[in-house]
Amino acid sequence: MSGTGDQVSTDGEHGSPNGEPLLVLEGIDTFYGPIHILQGLNLEVRAGELVCLLGGNASGKSTTLKTILGIVEPRNGTVRLEGEDVTRRPTSYRIRKGIAIVPENRRLFAPMTVLENLEMGAYLHGGGSKEDFERVYSLFPVLYERRSQLAGTLSGGEQQMVAMGRALMAKPKLLLMDEPSMGLAPILVERSFEIIKQVHEAGVAMLVVEQNANVSLSIADRGYVLSTGRLVLEGKADELRENEDLRKAYLGR
Amino acid sequence: MNWNLFLTELVAGVTHGAVYSLIALGYSMVYGILKLLNFAHGDVYMVGAFVGFGIITVFGGAEALSVNVWVLLLVMLVCAMLAGGLLGVMIERFAYRRLRAAPRIAPLITALGVSFFLENAAQLVLGAQYQSYNSYGWKGGSLWTSGFNLPSGVHVGLPQIIAVVGAIVLMILLTWFVRRTRTGKAMRATSFDREAAAMMGIDVDRVIVATFFIGSALAGAAGVFNGLVYQQVWPYMGFQAGLYAFIAAVVGGIGNLPGAVVGGLVIGLAQSFSIGYISSTFSDAIVFAVLIAVMVLRPSGLLGRAAVQKV
Ligand SMILES: Nc1ncnc2c1ncn2[C@@H]1O[C@H](COP(=O)(O)OP(=O)(O)O)[C@@H](O)[C@H]1O
Ligand SMILES: [Mg+2]
Repeated sequence: MSGTGDQVSTDGEHGSPNGEPLLVLEGIDTFYGPIHILQGLNLEVRAGELVCLLGGNASGKSTTLKTILGIVEPRNGTVRLEGEDVTRRPTSYRIRKGIAIVPENRRLFAPMTVLENLEMGAYLHGGGSKEDFERVYSLFPVLYERRSQLAGTLSGGEQQMVAMGRALMAKPKLLLMDEPSMGLAPILVERSFEIIKQVHEAGVAMLVVEQNANVSLSIADRGYVLSTGRLVLEGKADELRENEDLRKAYLGR
Repeated sequence: MNWNLFLTELVAGVTHGAVYSLIALGYSMVYGILKLLNFAHGDVYMVGAFVGFGIITVFGGAEALSVNVWVLLLVMLVCAMLAGGLLGVMIERFAYRRLRAAPRIAPLITALGVSFFLENAAQLVLGAQYQSYNSYGWKGGSLWTSGFNLPSGVHVGLPQIIAVVGAIVLMILLTWFVRRTRTGKAMRATSFDREAAAMMGIDVDRVIVATFFIGSALAGAAGVFNGLVYQQVWPYMGFQAGLYAFIAAVVGGIGNLPGAVVGGLVIGLAQSFSIGYISSTFSDAIVFAVLIAVMVLRPSGLLGRAAVQKV
């Protein structure tokens, strides 16, 4: 984190000045009731970057994503998108600015069809253009075959595709992914990460939350490590892979 | 077998059922999205019925209508649905929204409070006495003499046909809305998983408002249909109808829209057949017996999904 700390903020009404990171979290404190979850979190994602956020169970990874989206509001700190302070803006506003999420456990709309799930992903874009559907179907051809099937009846791997397709329907600039490998067979984890790489190479910035440090660091540019709501490590992905503390943290658990 | 009695009760049961179904739909929609039993919903139905009565009065009263009956009906329906819808939206805005994060007992008790408030307010403004749509008097009674005859001489009057067909048309429109429109899909998504819906950028508050508007508008229409067939309106009419509609929603599987329609029909038929074949004294008991039987045999309701679906 290069100390962008106290620059004069002009509450940027208009878009991002060049070189502004896509996403900046600054001094975030998030609470659930009286419980202090995120403690002074600083994090950024630059355009086109693939960043992973690692951490054990209940370390606050999902809460970080919910804070970015505005599903929960931080008590202190700022969330900036393309330089604009969106801390008090509703979720829909942030999504319109170009964020999408593949939530933890996918959270598909099980009693709705695959097609309808994809439409919900493009909810703020009129339910998706023909192009949007074509783009998603070409990435996941099986979703086209299954488009009239209820999402809840698909296999785990297919559901993962719907969740990713749904997020990509909105053509996000920043894609948040919450434990995409959770609950998938190893072969599907591999496939998932190939797709993540592919989407990233198409120019989408990503913040990938994972417990699986090895796989995610292997495709990431940078990484952060969260432990009980505090960042304990951050750096380039290949440096983190060599890091003794990280190894210990993950072996010690 | 006495076909006359059977068919009479069948017609009455279907008509009652249509009214209960319309009310039950709103119950179920609101429950689906907020997991709230909106006990004030029956009183929205009462307000719709009174709005319809007010329109009759405005157009000269039952005996001296100054407009064509179809125009009158259309105006009554539109006004009752708008008034019901707006009332529902206000109830959500002022009574329930602030309690959305509160323990579930709080909005439940608030719903009872809103119900008492509406009943007492109606009594204060409109008086405690019964009023009548008196559709027998419309255009010299021609409304009830037209219609058709079933075998064994059972007559089905035009008001009954209007109520049942009207309810069916509204249900078809609702189905279309929920299945095909953007807001309708957002409603389904939100009622399945509110947080995931928010993560898609769906404005959950607006979806909830739309749900209250539509559900309450249906209750308003039910008030008009009921008055058209059964004549009487009074401030406490929402209590029994709301209770029966609630039972109907639970019998069908609360949160499930086709279930609300099926449940409404079952309860309507149970009520009229127990009145016809046993005694009106026992009709409440029979309706509750149906509820208990369904709960024992199918705890999630006739068409309800078992609660394991949600991941
Ligand atoms: N809605 C909530 N209400 C109260 N506590 C919560 C809620 N969601 C998460 N928590 C708590 O916050 C902590 C962090 O949770 P989370 O961000 O989900 O962790 P992770 O995603 O890293 O597993 C955990 O202790 C969890 O129990
Ligand atoms: Mg998590």
